[in-house]
Amino acid sequence: MRTTVDRSTFDIVVVGGGAAGLRAAIAAVEADPGVRVGVVSKVYPMRSHTVSAEGGTAAVLKDYDNFDLHCFDTIKGSDYLADQDAVEFFVRKCPEEIIRLEHWGCPWSRDPDGRIAQRAFGGMSVKRTVFAADKVGFHILHTLFQTTMKYDRIERLDEWFVTSLVLEGHAVSGVIAMDLKRGELARIGAKAVLLATGGCGRVYEFTTNGFIKTGDGMALAYRAGVALKDMEFVQFHPTALPGTGILITEAARGEGGYLVNKDGERFLKRYVPEKMELGPRDILSRSIMSEIREGRSFKGPYGDFVGLDLRHLGEETIDRKLPMVRELAEQYVGIDPVREIIPVRPGQHYIMGGVHTNANGETSLPGLYAIGETACVSINGANRLGSNSLSECLVFGAAAGRSAAAYAKKRGWPQGPAGKEAARSEEARIFDGLLGREGGSETVAGLRVEMQQLMEQHVGIYRDDARLREVCGILAKLRGRFASIRVGDKDRVFNTELTAVLELDFMLDVALTIAHSALSRHESRGAHSRTDFPKRDDERFLKHTLASRSDAAPRIDSVPVTITRWQPAARAY
Amino acid sequence: MAEREVVFRVKRYRPERDAAPTYQDYRIPYTDDMVVLDGLNYIKDKMDSTLTFRWSCRMGICGSCGASVNGKLRLTCGTFIKDVRSKTVVVDPMPNFPILKDLVVDFDDFLQKLLEVKPFILRDEERPLSEGEYLQTPEEIEAYRQQSMCINCMLCYSACPVFGASEHFIGPAASALAYRYIRDSRDEGADARLDVLSTKTGIWECTFVGECSVVCPKDVDPAAAIQNLKVIASIRHMRQLLLPKSAPR
Repeated sequence: MRTTVDRSTFDIVVVGGGAAGLRAAIAAVEADPGVRVGVVSKVYPMRSHTVSAEGGTAAVLKDYDNFDLHCFDTIKGSDYLADQDAVEFFVRKCPEEIIRLEHWGCPWSRDPDGRIAQRAFGGMSVKRTVFAADKVGFHILHTLFQTTMKYDRIERLDEWFVTSLVLEGHAVSGVIAMDLKRGELARIGAKAVLLATGGCGRVYEFTTNGFIKTGDGMALAYRAGVALKDMEFVQFHPTALPGTGILITEAARGEGGYLVNKDGERFLKRYVPEKMELGPRDILSRSIMSEIREGRSFKGPYGDFVGLDLRHLGEETIDRKLPMVRELAEQYVGIDPVREIIPVRPGQHYIMGGVHTNANGETSLPGLYAIGETACVSINGANRLGSNSLSECLVFGAAAGRSAAAYAKKRGWPQGPAGKEAARSEEARIFDGLLGREGGSETVAGLRVEMQQLMEQHVGIYRDDARLREVCGILAKLRGRFASIRVGDKDRVFNTELTAVLELDFMLDVALTIAHSALSRHESRGAHSRTDFPKRDDERFLKHTLASRSDAAPRIDSVPVTITRWQPAARAY
Repeated sequence: MAEREVVFRVKRYRPERDAAPTYQDYRIPYTDDMVVLDGLNYIKDKMDSTLTFRWSCRMGICGSCGASVNGKLRLTCGTFIKDVRSKTVVVDPMPNFPILKDLVVDFDDFLQKLLEVKPFILRDEERPLSEGEYLQTPEEIEAYRQQSMCINCMLCYSACPVFGASEHFIGPAASALAYRYIRDSRDEGADARLDVLSTKTGIWECTFVGECSVVCPKDVDPAAAIQNLKVIASIRHMRQLLLPKSAPR
């Protein structure tokens, strides 16, 4: 793998260097010995947020498990909004991806006989989650990143920020990207473009996500006329550390940890008696909110919280299976989980919605693909089960990589003037407009925090019509104020203030699709909980929401959910 | 939480306007639960948007935010301001790397070194996926687990006097990752890696100062990995001298 660009055109450009993007890059070069792939990432790939995933990745590997059961758990977990053909495709592909990672060196934790071990996870009926202690994302990412170095047809453009897609006729023909080290814009031609930029957690104030999770790929697709699907479904993880939002993995409960209120009571017996701590995330997060509302939570400087009690697991188990939990709790809240209860509260973690794709990652725009958290296939429906998302990155990354390689083989090189024209217009927008503008009263940090607080307070775990309408209005005003943002750093080289402005620009688009999609769904399903419509309404809303770019507010349409063998039923645990 | 004040003295270097790096002081309020990275973000968001540094996960796993804090090499997301125990927190970019801007340094050289040690499983024959996983006992994982924890934060290169004197030295993290693969029971690529590690810019340059292991935030212990590699390389060399016909593995 080289680190410089010796040609400005690739067969395939992958935007993003996390699990989905790197898996796609490898699949593409393995599928076709003639394909050259450029991985364009705004950070060195090993900094991608995959690195922070902790608990595990799901696959049917053992005799006690079967594909139908993984399908059913996923579909029930999705509150019946997942497309069942896509789920079946996914579930059948998970095992080979786990084995492939193993062959590439991923240090999966093992049973004493040397076979890959599996642990329990929320919403999964059996031990199905493959793990590498509790640094699963870290090991997957580094294994994939190091494995890409085997292939000299994968070239990296590290610390390049993609600002827009280039379209030629009705097909994608490349990207415009900024080389952050030089502070220059470049056009990178491509027959196919894969968006793998992760989610958009940073539109919220309290999130487990890293700073780089700004919805770039979602906004790039949306601006190119591709719909975003099911954006109202935002996952709030039950156990984030108050203050920082740092994730405490679900594996802590998978290994037997308890959630307790201030009276030391395992309160989940009132909400999910059959599953207790292994209930799905949407229900657990609402249960915690109920405990808080009813005054049975602890009070702290960062608001109310409940406790995650691991003490009964013992030091040996904690150190062997949950070393990162101990490390994070000790370092960031000064608590040793061997002896004390960890303070936790729900925080934004994942978005089920994303770029509308099929199981090959294809979008409505020829040549454009989306994978991983950026995409919505949909296998996660209204609520994702923990440990399905890393598998999703691997399965759909591989599928889209192969699919894009086949597509690229049939396509000629981009030839028209579209790339040059797009580069000129991006120069004008970014360097003359944002960077060159004098005056301006708004700051990126100021607008960003306003948007984050707004989303946190009004488009959080609970929503209602009045507050959603208000948010849509305020977001439109923030978009207006964005036009008078001032960039204080006028330099070209590594201008992180300028990239933050471009990221905020993306996030404002994404936030608007979340708010409008939430406003349009008059029911409660999975993670979308409307206090004014507290029941699921299959008659009117067993369908996916599509948000497409339009003049002012996004246009909202819908497409049907694919139901094959599992008829919608009441979702009780 | 009680709020106090501290001065952040941050090394600034903006290549488009500065001939040489200089320090700039910022007086900021802080609480006991703030890390140095929070202080830098406070400055960037509220005082000086031109201050430039890398960060992302803020939980010690992405490896982006290394710096020198009062002379100690640290991840800024894992260093509490109160623990610096000084009225002035001096933040410098990581030594031994070219500065791109302020605290941002250029790591491209490391990625080339990582590539050279072939950081992936090498085998003569790959097992088909249909035959399932390679068995690996918990003990076999233990053989390479510690070195597999490297987050590529590069603090070890900043601490290494040999790398400081000669940028060509293969260095601690790349050596540790080479060792990680050599000790993996699934791998057969030891010879290919030892050829790279045994050159005049390889492991024999290491004078066992051990600072790399002191500063490592993930306890990877690259110094021990390099010493073990020296043993492995010596045995291989002796074997080649004494048993010249033995085919390299």
